[in-house]
Amino acid sequence: MKRARAEVLSTRKVGGFHSLTLVAPEIAERARPGQFLAVEMPDGRDFVLRRHVSIHQASRRGGWAGTLEFVVEPTGPGTTWLSAVKAHEFLDVIGPLGKGFAYPKKLTNCLLVAEGRSAAALYFLAQELLLRHKRVDMVIGGETLETVFKPIEAKRLSQTVAVMTADGTLGERGGLLDALPEVVERTKTEVVYAAGDAPTLQRVAAFCRTRNLPAQVMIEEPMACGFGLCYACVVPVARADGSGYDNLRACVDGPVFNPARVLWDVWRTEAATMMPTPPEGLPVVRTWPG
Amino acid sequence: MPGVNRTLSVDLGGLVLGTPVLVASGCGGSGRETAGLVDPKKVGGVVSRTITVEARKGSPTPRVAETPSAIVWDTGLQNPGIDAFVSEELPALSRGGPPLFVSIGGRSLEEYVRLTSALQGHPEVVAIEVHLSEPDDELGRPLIGGHVDRMTEIVGACARMSLVPVFAKLPWAPTQLAELATAAMRAGAHGVVVVDAPPALAIDAQRLKPALGAATGRLAGPAVKPLTLAAVHEVARALPDVPLVAVGGVRSGLDAVEMLLAGAWALQVGTATLVDPAAPVRVAQGIARYLKGKNLASPADIRARLRLPAGAGTPEVQV
Repeated sequence: MKRARAEVLSTRKVGGFHSLTLVAPEIAERARPGQFLAVEMPDGRDFVLRRHVSIHQASRRGGWAGTLEFVVEPTGPGTTWLSAVKAHEFLDVIGPLGKGFAYPKKLTNCLLVAEGRSAAALYFLAQELLLRHKRVDMVIGGETLETVFKPIEAKRLSQTVAVMTADGTLGERGGLLDALPEVVERTKTEVVYAAGDAPTLQRVAAFCRTRNLPAQVMIEEPMACGFGLCYACVVPVARADGSGYDNLRACVDGPVFNPARVLWDVWRTEAATMMPTPPEGLPVVRTWPG
Repeated sequence: MPGVNRTLSVDLGGLVLGTPVLVASGCGGSGRETAGLVDPKKVGGVVSRTITVEARKGSPTPRVAETPSAIVWDTGLQNPGIDAFVSEELPALSRGGPPLFVSIGGRSLEEYVRLTSALQGHPEVVAIEVHLSEPDDELGRPLIGGHVDRMTEIVGACARMSLVPVFAKLPWAPTQLAELATAAMRAGAHGVVVVDAPPALAIDAQRLKPALGAATGRLAGPAVKPLTLAAVHEVARALPDVPLVAVGGVRSGLDAVEMLLAGAWALQVGTATLVDPAAPVRVAQGIARYLKGKNLASPADIRARLRLPAGAGTPEVQV
């Protein structure tokens, strides 16, 4: 974990998202897929907490060596500010934070599943898996064409890609889960990696359980600090010895968890107070990372 | 004044700290998290998260929501319980770290007694901070430390039993702070921590729900600084000789100087530590710069030096 005053090398718009590339060699060389950064907000604004973004790309070699890339979706004051940051400005960044994805030792056929901006972390993972001679397939999706993250890049990194959109503007109409049974069958999936919000991950976890597939999920939980001080981002995880559960911090004990150990019902029942279905007629508003 | 021997050290009635800046309860983690981001030797002290007798799972998530210049939070005092804390976290918190205050919280007199007794005989604990903002299960009141009788009873029990100084963290009870602080001091406290965070509610209008899993929480961050200053001022004027640690809204060296001017002897940094793990060091450096600019020797030189307009209100409680 390092803290850096990192120069923004470039920014670009990717569909409905903004991608920022930073020069942060000390962080880039330590980063693993699934880990994230805590980005400080500017002085003199009324939003105070850092924003937590998963690492989309960390280059250790070649012309981009020492750079880091992350993706934000302007949903709140902090992410809107981040989306408007220009090249050559500086950001105070702490990272890499959290425990990243583990790579399979024996199994080879990996399926990567995510929706919207959450998919960003999986492209980094796909590269690392390819370096380890694994087969990579992807299922990505979004509400609409705009929010499917980098479908062409996905095609380049994986053997096959299934794209799902809620309105059918790109790929097939439907959700991620609609594509899973067929894709798992066809690609002979042995390991599933997923990233996203709790409801999506819970459904992926349930699917993997019925198929007896090992899986790892990257949970995007609202955080305050991002390095384990505040106990705001906890996830209930069953103890290995079966004697109940612990509320583990997603920032230091995650954000990657074994979904079979996550007590989704405990978490989601409690979470129901925080993320209920909006009443009729009100739009769904995404609030994190805000 | 050449040759002035400048120091950041403060003496809280015999308890000497290297700087007047401590990490507030609940913002110091378990002692290992920020290794490499802050030099623990330059931090005046750390207050542990609040420890209860039994382990607590804490509140449902989300536990934090951002509001203008503040956060609303409620972690429900998630902690491993006193036994696991003493055996597992205490060694890590104290190893090579700054002076350690342990925060204890409970809902009955017995819990406070058991917690205080469990912390005796651990030389790494330099002081106990008594958190008094839980509900009172014995008397069925919403705030255990919100009444003079309970303040006297609980702080008195802790102070009589403890070999290390006991600081009473005053609950959010505006207008009663001086009275509660007086009760705590008469009961044997070494000093007071002013003041626990005010209750707060953040609402997600789109979902027609509170933003926090626990519904209501407490307010922290830069927005509460003026509230803290008023509270510190009130207590310090009533009890000028009592070691007073301010907490709430300090983010910069100048914020800290304001707390000292209002009457604080030392102060704690909470939310700012979540944003900048090196905040306690940065704040202390800010105090040092201010002292240098004014050519003063130590933080005690600015304590309660606020220049009040003539005829400004007199303290309500005299000891």
